[in-house]
Amino acid sequence: MKPKAILIDTKDNVATAFQDLAKGDSVTVSLEGREATTTLAQDIPFGHKFALSPIGLHQPVIKYGEAIGLATDSIGAGQHVHVHNMESQKGRGDK
Amino acid sequence: MEFQGYRRKSGKVGIRNHVLVFPTVVCSAEVARMISEKVPGTVYAIHGGGCGHVGEEKDKVIRTMLGICAHGNVASVLLVANGCEVVQPELLTVELEKMGQPYDVVSVQEDGGTPGCIEKGTKIAAKMVEEAAKIKKESIPLSELILGCECGGSDAFSGLTANPSLGIAADKVIAEGGTAIFSETTEMLGCEHVLARRALNESVAKDIYRIIEAAESRAMTGGVDIRGAQPSPGNIKGGLSSIEEKSLGCIRKGGNTTITQVVSYAEQPVQKGLIIMDATAADVMNDTGLLASGCHVIVFTTGRGTPVGSPIAPIIKVSTNSVLYGKMKPNIDVNAGSIVDGEGTLETVGQEIFEKVVACANGEQSKAEALGHREFDIHFDMLV
Repeated sequence: MKPKAILIDTKDNVATAFQDLAKGDSVTVSLEGREATTTLAQDIPFGHKFALSPIGLHQPVIKYGEAIGLATDSIGAGQHVHVHNMESQKGRGDK
Repeated sequence: MEFQGYRRKSGKVGIRNHVLVFPTVVCSAEVARMISEKVPGTVYAIHGGGCGHVGEEKDKVIRTMLGICAHGNVASVLLVANGCEVVQPELLTVELEKMGQPYDVVSVQEDGGTPGCIEKGTKIAAKMVEEAAKIKKESIPLSELILGCECGGSDAFSGLTANPSLGIAADKVIAEGGTAIFSETTEMLGCEHVLARRALNESVAKDIYRIIEAAESRAMTGGVDIRGAQPSPGNIKGGLSSIEEKSLGCIRKGGNTTITQVVSYAEQPVQKGLIIMDATAADVMNDTGLLASGCHVIVFTTGRGTPVGSPIAPIIKVSTNSVLYGKMKPNIDVNAGSIVDGEGTLETVGQEIFEKVVACANGEQSKAEALGHREFDIHFDMLV
């Protein structure tokens, strides 16, 4: 069966969609013995991320086992994680 | 774990036993090719360097040529000079002599022009092939293997499938006591703090900041702001939320271990483990730099597809998606698109890449090698 999303590092708190996913979809990702199932709170387009667990305000968003930025809002499990609720720690050139 | 390879007088090890016909300058490149084509069992490497270099760029070109001519995969080298070039053959032979690397020299200007040089070079090269055939393989621990990690023609899957899988393979080589080198400095922009945290010590961390800042300021000098609008609007539409995320998708190809040393283009590391080479992201020039730094084999991930190989080493291609794999199957060794299809995982593809690296170290040809791909190019800036 084609996986809906991918978990890249066991330390990550987000997964990335392998296809366009719809709100309400139940998505399971697994890696090296860690398995996480999340019900999507929103539509998640291909290539975009969703939270595997709640991420508090100013807490790191972790992908590749590293912080890719900090949450600018509190993010619930299954929510879309992107520029509207997270921000680079290195600044962003487009704003 | 061990592989069957070659031990050289220089102390290096090799996974191929090539007789290399190498022009010291672009002017004698075609003569080198003509010699090589007349002598089965030889390879040639065409490049555009050898003259007009000054200062550090001259040093870099010589370092690169030496790294290739005295590479562990090269049993012996025939230098083909024109005669009046900046990189005089003696600049190379004095070092090859010290290293114990077998060599000889022919010169277009001194050996009777093109026909005379070909006639003399052909005889010498044929003798070199005979000598090289006498060298026996022996068991060599994987801890002496150096893997190059590269990505080119990336797509939205690169950071999700092929690069993390290659990273797992790199981690496995390093777990065996071996070495992996990754580079493409401009693609590290924005995650210098992440890389610095993984540095072996303060000095390596400083080197990481230094090379990334230098890459950025070089681009600035050229009037290009490479950090400015990162991630780009297109990246954001594709789901990338920060420059850290974009860069991590590239650098994950080197895996997740401690960064033990930062080296310059074509500089050979003294450390084992994970090495960063400060170098261009241009594919073939990057390959040449990785090989001159001592890489025995390169794994190259690609989302758009590329056929490139090397005259002296196997280049293993990993496709990021199955559409590309379907279109370019004759060129692709491992398909990481299987992860998207549900037929593989990061772990299984990582293992598959690792096994392919070990198989190639044991003599199996990569697709690029079997197809006869021999791309080669030295990176340098012309200052005069």
